Amino acid sequence: MSAAQTAAPAIEAHELTRRFAGFTAVDRVSFEIRSGEVFGFLGANGAGKTTAIRMLTGLLAPTGGRATVAGHDVLREAERVKRDIGYMSQRFSLYEDLTVRENIRLYGGIYDLSDREIADRTTRMLARLGLEQAADQFVRAIPLGWRQKLAFSVALLHEPRVVFLDEPTSGVDPITRRQFWELIYDAAARGTTILVTTHYMDEAEYCDRVSIMVAGRIAAIGTPAELKAQFHAASIDDVFVRLARPSA
Amino acid sequence: MSALGGLLRKEIFHILRDRRTLVVIVALPILLVVLFGYAIRTDVDNVRLAIVDPLPDPSTLALRARFEGAQVFRTTAVVPRADMLAPLFERGDAQGAIVFDPQFGERLGRGEPAGVLIVADATEPNTGSIVQAYAAAVVQTYEREQIATGRQVRIVPTIRMRFNPTRQSSNLFVPGLMAFVLTIISSLMTAISLTREKETGTLEALLVSPLRPWQIIVGKVAPYLAVGFVAVIGVIVEARLVFKVPLRGSLTLLLFEGLLFILVSLSLGILISARTSSQRVAMMGALIGTMLPTMLLSGFIFPIESMPLPLRAISVVVPARWFVLVARSIMLKGVGIAYLWPATLVLAAMAAVLLAASTHAFHERLEG
Amino acid sequence: MRRILFLARAEALHVVRDRATLAQALVVPVVQLLVLSNAATFQIRNTPTYVVDFDRSSASRGLVQRFAASGHFRVDQESASLDLANDALLRGDATMVLTIPARFESDLVRTGAAPIQLAVNAEKGSAAGIVQAYASTIVYAYAAELQAKRGRAGFSRAAIDVRTRNWYNPSLDYRHYMVPGILVALVTMIGTLLTAQNIAREKELGTLEQLNVTPITRGQFIAAKLLPFWVLGLVDLTIGLLVARFVFGVPMRGSVLLLLGSAALYLVTALAIGLWISTLVETQQQAMFVTFFILNVYLLMSGLFTPIDSMAPWVQTVSLLNPVRHFVTISRAVLIKGAGPSEVARPLLTLVVFGVVTLTMAIRQYSKRTV
Repeated sequence: MSAAQTAAPAIEAHELTRRFAGFTAVDRVSFEIRSGEVFGFLGANGAGKTTAIRMLTGLLAPTGGRATVAGHDVLREAERVKRDIGYMSQRFSLYEDLTVRENIRLYGGIYDLSDREIADRTTRMLARLGLEQAADQFVRAIPLGWRQKLAFSVALLHEPRVVFLDEPTSGVDPITRRQFWELIYDAAARGTTILVTTHYMDEAEYCDRVSIMVAGRIAAIGTPAELKAQFHAASIDDVFVRLARPSA
Repeated sequence: MSALGGLLRKEIFHILRDRRTLVVIVALPILLVVLFGYAIRTDVDNVRLAIVDPLPDPSTLALRARFEGAQVFRTTAVVPRADMLAPLFERGDAQGAIVFDPQFGERLGRGEPAGVLIVADATEPNTGSIVQAYAAAVVQTYEREQIATGRQVRIVPTIRMRFNPTRQSSNLFVPGLMAFVLTIISSLMTAISLTREKETGTLEALLVSPLRPWQIIVGKVAPYLAVGFVAVIGVIVEARLVFKVPLRGSLTLLLFEGLLFILVSLSLGILISARTSSQRVAMMGALIGTMLPTMLLSGFIFPIESMPLPLRAISVVVPARWFVLVARSIMLKGVGIAYLWPATLVLAAMAAVLLAASTHAFHERLEG
Repeated sequence: MRRILFLARAEALHVVRDRATLAQALVVPVVQLLVLSNAATFQIRNTPTYVVDFDRSSASRGLVQRFAASGHFRVDQESASLDLANDALLRGDATMVLTIPARFESDLVRTGAAPIQLAVNAEKGSAAGIVQAYASTIVYAYAAELQAKRGRAGFSRAAIDVRTRNWYNPSLDYRHYMVPGILVALVTMIGTLLTAQNIAREKELGTLEQLNVTPITRGQFIAAKLLPFWVLGLVDLTIGLLVARFVFGVPMRGSVLLLLGSAALYLVTALAIGLWISTLVETQQQAMFVTFFILNVYLLMSGLFTPIDSMAPWVQTVSLLNPVRHFVTISRAVLIKGAGPSEVARPLLTLVVFGVVTLTMAIRQYSKRTV
C-alpha cells in the first residue's frame, strides 16, 4: 500500500445529516478517521450513533451532507462500499439456528471467497478463538461471550478495510470484554480501521480517539487524553456528563 | 369508574384521530360486500352451448332456433362432428352441447323417433344438472308444440319458490356474506388495536394501573363495538339497496344480532391480545390458518346440511354459522325471536365464555 | 450465482429446522385439504319433502313413489293439511312441499293433463334451481311412463328421443370439482403467506439488516429467498395430488407434469406477491393479516368455490386480473377434463405475463436501503 493510500482517511463524513419526519437524528456531523485507527463513537441512547452508522454502512440514505468509506461515497457507491466493510449490529450477528461452520460458510460465500479460502480461514479462526470443538454446534448453544467474539471474527472474515461494531460488548462479562478488545487491537494492528459504538465509558479509554454525540451533533472529538484535559475531567464518563448537562 | 372513563376516552380519541384507518374500517365492508356479492353466486345463466349438426335440415334448424331463442343459452359453436367437441369443452368454450343424430330430419319426416344427445359439462355438478334440465325442457317444449299431434299424458307442475321468488342466489349468499365481512372487520380492528398497543407499549402499563382486568376489557372492546355497529348498519343497507335482499323480519332484531356477533368476534380478538407476545403469534397463526375453513363451515357458501357429520359438528362452534342462520331467517323468512332464541343464546354464551377467558388471562398476566 | 446458492442453502436449512414453519407448510395444508374437500359441496341429496296428497289414487301414489325412489328426495312427512306443510317449510323441516290435487287421476284419464304444485324453499337460491331440475325430470319421466302404459291411440309416434350425458364427472361428485381448486388454494397459501411471513420475521429480528450490509444484490437475495418456498410449494402440491388421488379418488386425466409445470409458473406470481407484501409490513403479525386478507379476496373471486360463469359480467372481467383464477382453470381443465397444453394455452400465457410483471414490481419495491 503506498504512502498516499494509507494517508487517505478510511472514513470521512462531511456535514452528514439525517432528518426524519419531525426531528433531526444526525445533525451536520463531520469527522475523519484514519486507516488502522480504533475510533470510539460514544453517546447516550438515542443520540444518533446507530443512525450515523447505518448511513455509513449504506443501510440508510443521508438527507444531507456526504460521507465516504474506504474511498467510496456511501450514497452513490453504496454497493461498492459494502465489499470493503464488515458490520456487527446491536441486535443480531449470527444465525442461531445454523451451526458455527454453516454461519462462516454463508458469509464466506456471500463475500465471494473461494471454497479453499473459506476452509482455510475457518480453521484459523476456530483455532484462534478456541472453538474447534464447537464448530458443528448451533450458535444458540454457545455462550454469549463466545458468540460475540465469533461474530466479530466473522465480520472480519473477508478481510475488510473498515469494520463497524455497534455495541459489541453489551451484556458481556468484564473478562470477555477484555478479550474482545484484544481481538480489536489485533485487527487494528493488521491495518483494519475499527469504528465502535459503546455506552461503556471505560471502553473509551481503549480507543485511539473518541467522539461524543449529543442530540445528533458531535459535541467533542479527540483522543481520550485530549478530551479529559479539555473538559477538566478525570474520566471520559465525567466528560460525558459535562456535555450532556451543560448547565451543570 | 373514572379510570374506565379515561380509558374509554383515550381509545375513542385514538380511533377518531386515525382518520385513514377509520375510513378503511367503514369503507372496507361496503367494498367487500359489493365485490363478493356480485362474485359469489351460483346462478346458471348465459350457458355456452355448442351444437353438433352433421346434416342440417329444416327440422334441426328449427330446433336449433329454439336454443338460439332461449335466453338462458348462448350458442358459441356449430360443428359437424361430435369428436370436435372435446377441445371446446376443455378450453371452456362450451358448457353444454346438443348433438343431433345424423338422420334426425329424415326420421322425424318418416314419423319415427329421432335422437338428440344432450351433453353437459358436469365438472361443476349442479351446473351440469341444470344445463341438462334446461336443455331437456327446450327440447320437450319443442316436441310438445311441434311434433306430437295426438293427446299426450302431461303432468304440469306449478312451481312456487318460497322466500326467494326471484331465486337469485345473492339472496342466499348476501346475508351470509354479511357475517363474513363483519368477521374480517373484527379481526382488522383486533389487529389495529394490537399494533397500536405494540407501538405505545400500553398493555403492560394498563395492567399495572389501578384498572381491574374487566375494566380494561370493557375499555378496549366498547369503542370498537361502536365502530363495528356502524359496519353492521353499512352492510345491511348495502344488502337492501344494492342487492335488493328483502327484509321480512324485524330490523331491530337484526341490528341487535349483528351487534352480538361483532361482540363475539371482538372478544376472540381480546383473548388473543391478552396473551403474551410469543403465544400471540401462535394464536394469530392459528386464527389466520383456520379463518378460511371456519368461514366455509359457517354455511356462508356451502350448505351445512350437505356436509358430513364431523364437519356439521364442528360448525356448531363457529360463531358465524349462527349469525348466518339468524340473518337469513330474519331477512328471507321473516321469523322473530320466537324461532331464533336458541341461536341468540348460543352467540351470547360464546361472547360470555370468551370475555371470561380474557379476564382470566389478564389476571394471570398480573400475577405471573 | 454462487452467492445465490450459498444463501439459498442457508435459507433451506432455516426452513427445515423451524418446526413451526414446517408444520405450517406440510401439515396444515393437508389438514385443510381434508376438511375443505368435505365441506365444499353444493350437492343436493335427500331433499326433505312434505307430501300433501288429496287424491290418494294409484296415479298419485305412483308419483310420490317415484320421488321417494329417486335418491334426490326424501319423503319425510305426509298429511292432508296444507297448513302443517307450510309450517314445516317455514321451520325448515321440509325443503319442498308436493301438493297433489284431488282430481289428479281422473283429470289424467279424462283429459290427459293434470296439475300439481311444488313449493320449494328458495332461500338457498340456486339449490332451488337444482331441486326444480330434479323434480321436473321426475315428473316428465313419470308422464312418459304413464303415456307408454296407456298406449293412447292416435298419438303420433314421432317424438324426440332425448338422451343425456354428463361429461367429466358422471358421478356428480363435488370433490372432483373442489379438490383441484383447493389444491390451488393450498399452494397459494404456502407461496404467498410463508414468504411474506418469513421476510417480515427477518425484518422484525434484524437479520435482514445483516444481509443488506453485504454486497449481495437485490436480485440475488430475492432469488435465494424465494427458491426454498418455490420448492416447498411444489412439494406441497405433489403431496396434495397424492391425497387427491388416493383419498378422494379425484381423476387425473391430463398430464400431471403439465399441472406441475403450470404450478411452477404460478408460484412465481404467488411468491412475488408475498415478497411485495413483506415490503409493506414491519412485523410477522401484520404480514399474516395483510396476506390473509388479500388471499381471501383472491380465492373468493377465483371461481374456486363458486363458478366464474355465475359472477356478474363486470366481476368476471375483473377476475381476469386474478392469477388464482387462471391457475384454478388450468387445474380443473388438466385434471378433470384431461386438457393438454394447447387447450390451456390462454391461461398459461396469462400466468407467464403475471409472473414477469409481479416479480419485476416486487423486486423494484424491495430496497436494501431505507430512503
